Amino acid sequence: MSSTSNTTVSTGGLPSRRNTELAMLVFAVLVPVLAYANVGLAKDGSLPAGMAGYGLGLGLLAGVTHLVVRRWAPYADPLMLPIAVLLNGLGLVLIWRLDQEPTITTPALGGPMAPNQLLWSAVGVALFLAVLLFLKDHRILQRYTYISMVVALFLLVMPLIPGIGRQVNGARIWVSLPGIGSLQPAEFAKIVIAVFFAGYLMVKRDALALASRRVLGLYLPRGRDLGPILVIWGISLMILVFETDLGTSLLFFGVFVIMLYVATERTSWIVFGLLLSAGGAVFVASFNSHVGERVDQWLNPLEYEPGYVTETAQVVFSFGSGGLLGSGLGQGYTRLIQGIAPKSDYILATVGEELGLAGLMAVILLYALLIERGFRTALAARDPFGKLLAMGLTAVFALQTFVVAGGVLGVIPLTGMTMPFLAQGGSSVIANWALIALLLRISDTARRPAPAPAPSLDAEETQVVRA
Amino acid sequence: MNKPMRRVAVFCGLLIVALLARANWVQFVQADELQNHSDNRRVLIERFAHPRGDIIVDGEPITGSTETDDTDFRYKRTYTDGELWASVTGFSSQVYGSTMLEGVEDDFLTGDDDRLFFNNTIDMLTGEDQRGGNVVTTLNTAAQRAAVEGLGDARGAVAAIDPRTGAILALASTPSYDPSTIAGSNDGEAWNALLRENNPDDPTLNRALRATYPPGSTFKIVTAAAALENGVVDDVDTETDTPTPYDLPDTNGERVDNQLDGRCENATLRVALIDSCNTVFAALSDEVGNEEMIDTAESFGYNQGQDLQVPIRVEESVYPEDNRPQNAQAGFGQASNRATPLQMAMVAASVANNGSLMEPYMVDRLVAPNLNVVEQHEPEEMSRPMSRETAQQLQSAMESVVEEGPSGPAAAIDGVRVGGKTGTAQRGENNSENPYAWFISYAMLDDESPVAVAVVVEDAEVERNEISGSGLAAPIAHDVMQAVLDSAN
Repeated sequence: MSSTSNTTVSTGGLPSRRNTELAMLVFAVLVPVLAYANVGLAKDGSLPAGMAGYGLGLGLLAGVTHLVVRRWAPYADPLMLPIAVLLNGLGLVLIWRLDQEPTITTPALGGPMAPNQLLWSAVGVALFLAVLLFLKDHRILQRYTYISMVVALFLLVMPLIPGIGRQVNGARIWVSLPGIGSLQPAEFAKIVIAVFFAGYLMVKRDALALASRRVLGLYLPRGRDLGPILVIWGISLMILVFETDLGTSLLFFGVFVIMLYVATERTSWIVFGLLLSAGGAVFVASFNSHVGERVDQWLNPLEYEPGYVTETAQVVFSFGSGGLLGSGLGQGYTRLIQGIAPKSDYILATVGEELGLAGLMAVILLYALLIERGFRTALAARDPFGKLLAMGLTAVFALQTFVVAGGVLGVIPLTGMTMPFLAQGGSSVIANWALIALLLRISDTARRPAPAPAPSLDAEETQVVRA
Repeated sequence: MNKPMRRVAVFCGLLIVALLARANWVQFVQADELQNHSDNRRVLIERFAHPRGDIIVDGEPITGSTETDDTDFRYKRTYTDGELWASVTGFSSQVYGSTMLEGVEDDFLTGDDDRLFFNNTIDMLTGEDQRGGNVVTTLNTAAQRAAVEGLGDARGAVAAIDPRTGAILALASTPSYDPSTIAGSNDGEAWNALLRENNPDDPTLNRALRATYPPGSTFKIVTAAAALENGVVDDVDTETDTPTPYDLPDTNGERVDNQLDGRCENATLRVALIDSCNTVFAALSDEVGNEEMIDTAESFGYNQGQDLQVPIRVEESVYPEDNRPQNAQAGFGQASNRATPLQMAMVAASVANNGSLMEPYMVDRLVAPNLNVVEQHEPEEMSRPMSRETAQQLQSAMESVVEEGPSGPAAAIDGVRVGGKTGTAQRGENNSENPYAWFISYAMLDDESPVAVAVVVEDAEVERNEISGSGLAAPIAHDVMQAVLDSAN
C-alpha cells in the first residue's frame, strides 16, 4: 500500500489518466470483437454476419462513455470503465455463442437472448451516463438516506406482492411489470441500500463505536444501538425464508456488517455479524428444503440417481472438461446443462470449459482488479460519506462476485444470483452500470486536485494604490 | 476508517484467492477424472464426432459410418451385412456401448489409441478430422456364410479355425441380429426386443465364444488323447480293458450304457470312436484319473479363466476337479465339464496340426488411416496337448469315424482326408429336454490341415430322434470345410 493514491487527501497534480483509459477501451472493445469472430469461425468456418454491427455497437457505447467521463468526471479512475466494458462485451459474446446452440435456444426458452442483452446493456450505459451527468457530487445522495431505506425495503418486498411477484425455480425474486417485462428488484435494491447504510452509519458511527461496554475484551454495543443490526438481520432472514433467495440475504447482511465494521472500527461487530449469520444459516438450512437441497448438492456434486445427471454435476463436468486451456470458444458443450441456466447463473461454466482454467482465472482477475479499484476509491475518498458509499458499493460487487462464482465453482452452496456484467439478465447489467457510475463519480471527486490554497496576502508585494 | 477498509480489502482478496484455488482444483487436479467420467456426455459426443475405422474381412469392410442429424452424435455405425457378422463385430451403439470386436478394438477404431498419436497429430496440423484405424480380421466370408446358412433358423454356433496358424475363419451364432438397428440414439424399441428377458433366443449372446455346452461325445477325443499320452492305451488299435455295461465306481451300481452296444466291449479306441462307446471312455477316464484328465484338458485350453482372448474374451471352458463317478462320466462329455464351440474347434485343430495347438486369433493386423500397419499378429503355439504320434493315431481314428461311422456321407469330401467326431449331449433333468447336436472335424490337404471346425445345434425344430451330431451338425461342418477348401484354391 505504497501508492500515492492511498492518501486521503491528494496533494493535487494527479494526472487525469484519460488517455490511458482510452487506450484500454480500445482493447476492451477489440477483445470481445475478436472473440465474436472466433465463435463464428469455430462454428461455421466464416466470420459471423453481425460482426461489424456488433463491433460498431460496442465501440460506440465505449466511445460515448469515454467522452462523457472525459468531460464530466475527468479525474475518475481509468481502469473501471474499460474493465466494465470488457466484461459486458465478453458477456454478450458468451450469450450470443450459447444462442448458437439450438437445444437451449428454443422459443419455449425465450429464443436468442443476445439481442435483448445488447439492448439492456445500452440502457445500462444510458443510466451510467445519466448518473455522471446529473449527479455532480455524490454527497447529494446523503440527503436521501431515509428515502433510500424506504425504497430499498420496497424493492426487497416487491417480489412478495401478489400479482406482480413471480416464482422461478423455487426462488421468488422476480417481478413482472406490464409493458416493461420482468426484473429482479434486488439488483437495484443493493445499490440503494448501500446509500442508506452509508448515510445512516455516517451519522451514527460515533454512538455505535464509543457507547459500549467492554466484556471479555469485546466491546458490546448498547441494546438500542443493536436495534438496527437486528432489524437488518431480520429482513435478510425474511428474504431468505419468503423469497428463498440465499444470495441476496447473504449479500445484504454481509454488506451491512462490513460497513458497520468500517464505520465504527470495532471488531466486535464482525463477531456479532458472524454469529448472527451462522445462526440464520443453520435455522434456514434445517427448515427450508430448497436451501437444504442446495447444500446437499454443494457437498456431493457428483451424487445423483443413476441416469439422471444433475445440473450441478453437469457444471462440474463442464469445468473439468475445459482443463487448462479450454476447448476453444464455440467448441464446448455447456448446453448439456440445459435450459437457460448456462446463459445466466452458470455463464462461468462456459468460460471455464471454452476458455479453460487460463481464461477463467483471467476473468476472475478482471473482477478482482475492478474490486481493487473500488477499494482504492474508498481509501482515497476525502469525505466519510463517500468513503462509506464507495466501500459499500465495492463490497456489494465483491460479495456478489464471490457468491456467484463461488457457488458455480463449488466453493459455497449455489445461490440464484447473476455474475455482474457477464450473465444474461437486464436488471443486473443495468444496476451494475449504475454502480460503476457511482464509483467513478466518487473517485473523480477523490482524485480531483485540491483547490489551490488562497494566496496569502503577506506574500504579495505591497502595492501602492494611487487614487 | 482506513485501517478496517484495508482489512476488508484483504478479506475480499482472500475470497478471490479461494475462487482461484477452487478453479485450479476443478480444472487442473480433477480435470482428468471429470473429463473421462462415465456420465460426462462429452465422452460419447467425442466418440461419435468422427467416422469410426472399419472392420475388414477378405479385403472388404463389413462396417461403415454414416452422418446423422442428431444434435449430439454426428456419426452412426452401419453394417453391410449385420446379421452375418454380428457375432464378430458385435455392435457399436450410441446408447448401449459396444461389444465384441467393436468393443475390444474400440480405441483403435475411434482413433484414440496411443499408437495413432502421430497420425492424429499430422491430421490436426493439416486440418483434417481425426480418423480411426482399420481392423483387418482373419475371417473367411464364404466359410462364415456357409456356417450361418447351415445353422438356418436353429439356435446354434459354428467356430472354424486354421489349425496351422490358429486364425479364426468362421464364427457364427444364431439366431443373429442386425447391429445397425441398435446403432443410433433412438433405438430403444429394437434394443428391448433383443434383451434376453424379452427374447428367449438371446440374439446378442455370442454362442461360439460366450456359451458353454456339455461337449458330449466330441469330448471323447480329449479322453482318447489323455489315455494315449498317459500310456493307459498303447495305440488306437489295441484292445482296451473295458466292460460293458460299465458300473460307475463308488456308486451303488449306477451304470453307463451305449446306444449301440455291438462292438463296444473291450473295443479299440478306433472302434470306440466310430461306434461312440460311452463305456470305453468312462472306463479310460477313470483309469487316467481326474488329475491327469484335468492336465490334458487344460493343455487343450480348458480352465483358463478369463485369459483366453482372441482378442474377444472367450468364456472359460471347464473340466473341474471331481469325484470318480463324475470324472468317469466326464470322459464321454456328460458331466460337469463344459466347453465353448471354439474350444472344441481347438481340440480338432490340435489333432489336425499334429499335436500342436496354435493360439486362436481373429485380428490379423491393425492398419492406421495412413495405411501403416501398426500391429501384425504372428502365429504362436499355445501348447502341445499331445505328441505327433498320438495326434497322427487320432487322425487316423477320426478319419475312420467319417469313413465308417453314420456321419460319413454327410461330412466326407471327395479327394480330401476328413476326420470328425459326432456328439449328442443330453440336457435337462433325466434328459428331459432336446439334446445338443455336436460335430467337430478337420480337413487335410497334402498332410496339412487348412481348417478345423466345431458345430453345435441346440434343439432344432425336428423330432427328437433325429437330433444327432451326424444328422444336424455334420452337414454344416461339411459346408464350412468345403467353403474354406474352395477359397484356398
